[in-house]
Amino acid sequence: MVKQISKKTLIKNGRLIDPKNKIDQVTDLLVDDFKVAKIGSHLTDSAVHIIDAAGKIVAPGLIDIHVHFREPGDDEEETIASGSAAAVAGGYTSVVCMPNTHPPVDEATAVEYVHRMGRQARKTFVYVMGAITKDRAGQELAEMGLMAEAGAVGFTDDGCGLQDAAMMLLAMKYASMFDLVISQHCEDHSLAKNGVMNAGYKATVLGLPGVDPLAEEMMLWRDIQLVRKTKARYHAQHISTAGSVKIIREAKQQGLPVTCEATPHHLLLTEEAVADYDTNFKVNPPLRTQKDVESLRHAVADGVIDALATDHAPHLQSEKELEFLSAPCGMVGIECALPLYRKALIDTGVCDWSAMLAMLTWRPAEIIKVQKGSLAVGDRADIVVIDPDAQWSIDASQFYSKSRNCPYQGWQAKGKVLYTLVAGEVRFEAKG
Amino acid sequence: MRKNRKFQWSRKHLIGLSDLSRKEIEFILDTAQGFEKFSRRSIKKAPTLRGKVVVNMFFEDSTRTRNSFTLAASRLSADVIEFSKKASAVSKGETLIDTARNLEAMGVDIVVIRHGAGGAPKLLSRSINACVVNAGDGFHEHPTQALLDVYTIRRQRGSLDGLKIGIVGDIAHSRVARSDIYAMTKLGAKVTLIGPPTLLPGGVENLPVRVSYNLDEVIEDLDVINMLRIQFERMGGNPFPSVREYSHYFGLTADRMKRAKPDITVMHPGPINRGLEIESEVADGPNSVILKQVANGLAVRMAVLFLVNQAATQQGKDK
Amino acid sequence: MKTLLNTEQLNKAIRKIVEQIKSDIPSNTDIAVIGIRSRGEILAQRLKNALGSHFSGRLLSGTLDITLYRDDLNEPKETQPTVRSTEIDFDITDKLILLVDDVLHTGRSVRAAMDALTDFGRPRLMRLAVLVDRGCHEYPICADYVGMKTEVDRSQSVFVHFAETDTEDGVTIE
Repeated sequence: MVKQISKKTLIKNGRLIDPKNKIDQVTDLLVDDFKVAKIGSHLTDSAVHIIDAAGKIVAPGLIDIHVHFREPGDDEEETIASGSAAAVAGGYTSVVCMPNTHPPVDEATAVEYVHRMGRQARKTFVYVMGAITKDRAGQELAEMGLMAEAGAVGFTDDGCGLQDAAMMLLAMKYASMFDLVISQHCEDHSLAKNGVMNAGYKATVLGLPGVDPLAEEMMLWRDIQLVRKTKARYHAQHISTAGSVKIIREAKQQGLPVTCEATPHHLLLTEEAVADYDTNFKVNPPLRTQKDVESLRHAVADGVIDALATDHAPHLQSEKELEFLSAPCGMVGIECALPLYRKALIDTGVCDWSAMLAMLTWRPAEIIKVQKGSLAVGDRADIVVIDPDAQWSIDASQFYSKSRNCPYQGWQAKGKVLYTLVAGEVRFEAKG
Repeated sequence: MRKNRKFQWSRKHLIGLSDLSRKEIEFILDTAQGFEKFSRRSIKKAPTLRGKVVVNMFFEDSTRTRNSFTLAASRLSADVIEFSKKASAVSKGETLIDTARNLEAMGVDIVVIRHGAGGAPKLLSRSINACVVNAGDGFHEHPTQALLDVYTIRRQRGSLDGLKIGIVGDIAHSRVARSDIYAMTKLGAKVTLIGPPTLLPGGVENLPVRVSYNLDEVIEDLDVINMLRIQFERMGGNPFPSVREYSHYFGLTADRMKRAKPDITVMHPGPINRGLEIESEVADGPNSVILKQVANGLAVRMAVLFLVNQAATQQGKDK
Repeated sequence: MKTLLNTEQLNKAIRKIVEQIKSDIPSNTDIAVIGIRSRGEILAQRLKNALGSHFSGRLLSGTLDITLYRDDLNEPKETQPTVRSTEIDFDITDKLILLVDDVLHTGRSVRAAMDALTDFGRPRLMRLAVLVDRGCHEYPICADYVGMKTEVDRSQSVFVHFAETDTEDGVTIE
């Protein structure tokens, strides 16, 4: 007789951090089927898979609302399958793919395609945002309603900003019918031009065209005024400058429905990293100055930053080998994001684990309106088990991601994902 | 012991002047001096780089610099391969790195590269074993031009220490200006950048220079004036309203020369837009050293080719 | 370190060279004294001064830098060669060239110098004067006028010092 495999998992003696429910205590947690069944001390159960989590952190699975898994179209760089495997290795149980694929996700069948590939990969939950405009061309609205029905969790033309103010006004008004977020990549092309790094002295010395912080801030400021008028839910992606932080902070103080995200690289790296023309540091928006990094960290501390998102952007080695001017923007990092956040935020005293995990769980979940990011009894068992102090060396050649454009190669990381459970099933377990 | 520790040149690549020391720059100039009279000999060739292969990889149009490098390499008896390709075609097909690796497979010793993208020579130097000499990249650096500029000034004035030098024009998009600023200030000159605010680079306040928008005001003080070429192809966005208005404020006219010191040295990296940044009368006048710059360019480039090859020879031993 | 020639002996050796030249070359000859950088340059200057009263023809002088003609440029070495200028401001074609170096050792420098000179023109006659011929020749080259001839072991080096650039005149072995 075949023994039935138990769907129960008992996580013992872990430090349960559930920021949404304000829990931070050492306890046991029992997963039954796909849900959290019991939380409490000295739980026992027969025929269970036991995870000894003594000295470890047990938290809701991480949610990344900004990834590029390149499918359809560029599956040499990444596929939804490889990206999903990378995601669970990084502790992520839900991700939101951006629609700038080839073809773009600008209609319902494309949304369904991404979902289907996500289900088949059977790693992390894969959500997707739809494009705001057809072909992301900024000219006509895409079928937001039908995409929403198919399960799109928001709209964005990410990869570039929606340039035309009247078009943005239209999009905000229309999207509010579905109560889905408009997520903007803030970049005014008339100011950014062909810039490839932060404008200023460093760009001058390197002889590279710069992108002034104004390119981001002008569009962000404009959008905030449109939000003021439409009351549409608005999310600013990967903000990178002190000025952007100020604009968002003020908008929030005025009670506007505005949220924003910060990436590991904008919280850790500066334009100085570009000094050697290493294209792995070429990213959009570009790496800024130490002052901007400090400002973003400060914004994390006082709650202005709602979500931490990786902007995981795989690219082929052959493309990243081009001259700095011609190489594509973006870096991979979903598999090492957690220790990077730790380094940027916890090691610097900006915030504690609970506050940091909030920006990686329930707060991004609220932006995309999904019931996730908490671990109360009855919640779906998306769980990550973290060894907060485990040290390891970042080695992109070992990544599940198909691409290797990682600027953190060789860095010493502190904090390691040991297990990732998605809907109660162990989908990732660290080797060794 | 007579063999005291002499200065050793150790760079097998010349990418830019920003990280060169004063001593290194002076060493190149001293070496160039040894080559200066070369052009007056009956046989203008020495066997120094015999059997070496130099590739001129020019991804941007250039006549002057390319010819100068070709002649410099030929006079040192190197074999020269001319390679040109539009940057646009390269990004579609073979990448820069592929191209370079292919050339290297043929046994190239020195790659001289001109490229529209800042940092391309640096990228190349990381990827291949051959020596890399930057012949101008984007608006990053143009080290040999700046070296011939300071060489010319040194020949003319003895030394750059304390000299007041004005660089006029499109500083923002000029690789020559950047390399000039490094070379001139390292050799002790005081540099003033002169141009409209729209043609000055970002973060200029962090450079060791002064800035002026008014040529008439500062010209009286200058010992040397370097007129940059207005490069319409690189600017975009019309940083000034018209050629007429630009010349009105920043052109070096005979009239404006009257305000300058009588012995002011007038320079221009060429090719000249006559009547735009400089009037013919001035360009061809007694204060102009524009043709001397060209002649000195040859000596400087011979020196650079000689030195990088020497460094490579020396490092070959360490491997 | 051992002294091979003291100041007095060095000057005597120079006088010996001068005498050899005087007896060998007719006094009405046009002659160009060309020293090999850097010690040959000083010796050439001294020879020129000493010969001035003897020769009634034109007495020219120049300095030759042989770095670009060295046969060891592609070999790694202790001291990096430095290029300096060659100062020959006249046409050497059909002239009698008196090539001057401080020490004749392997003969390689002289070989390089002859190659370098022939790139300047075609001399009628070339003669070689050295202060010390220390032996260990590797190329079939001999000097025409020699201040001192001696055998020095291959492992040792001969250094010529001139008051113009060093503290005093003298020749040492190290």
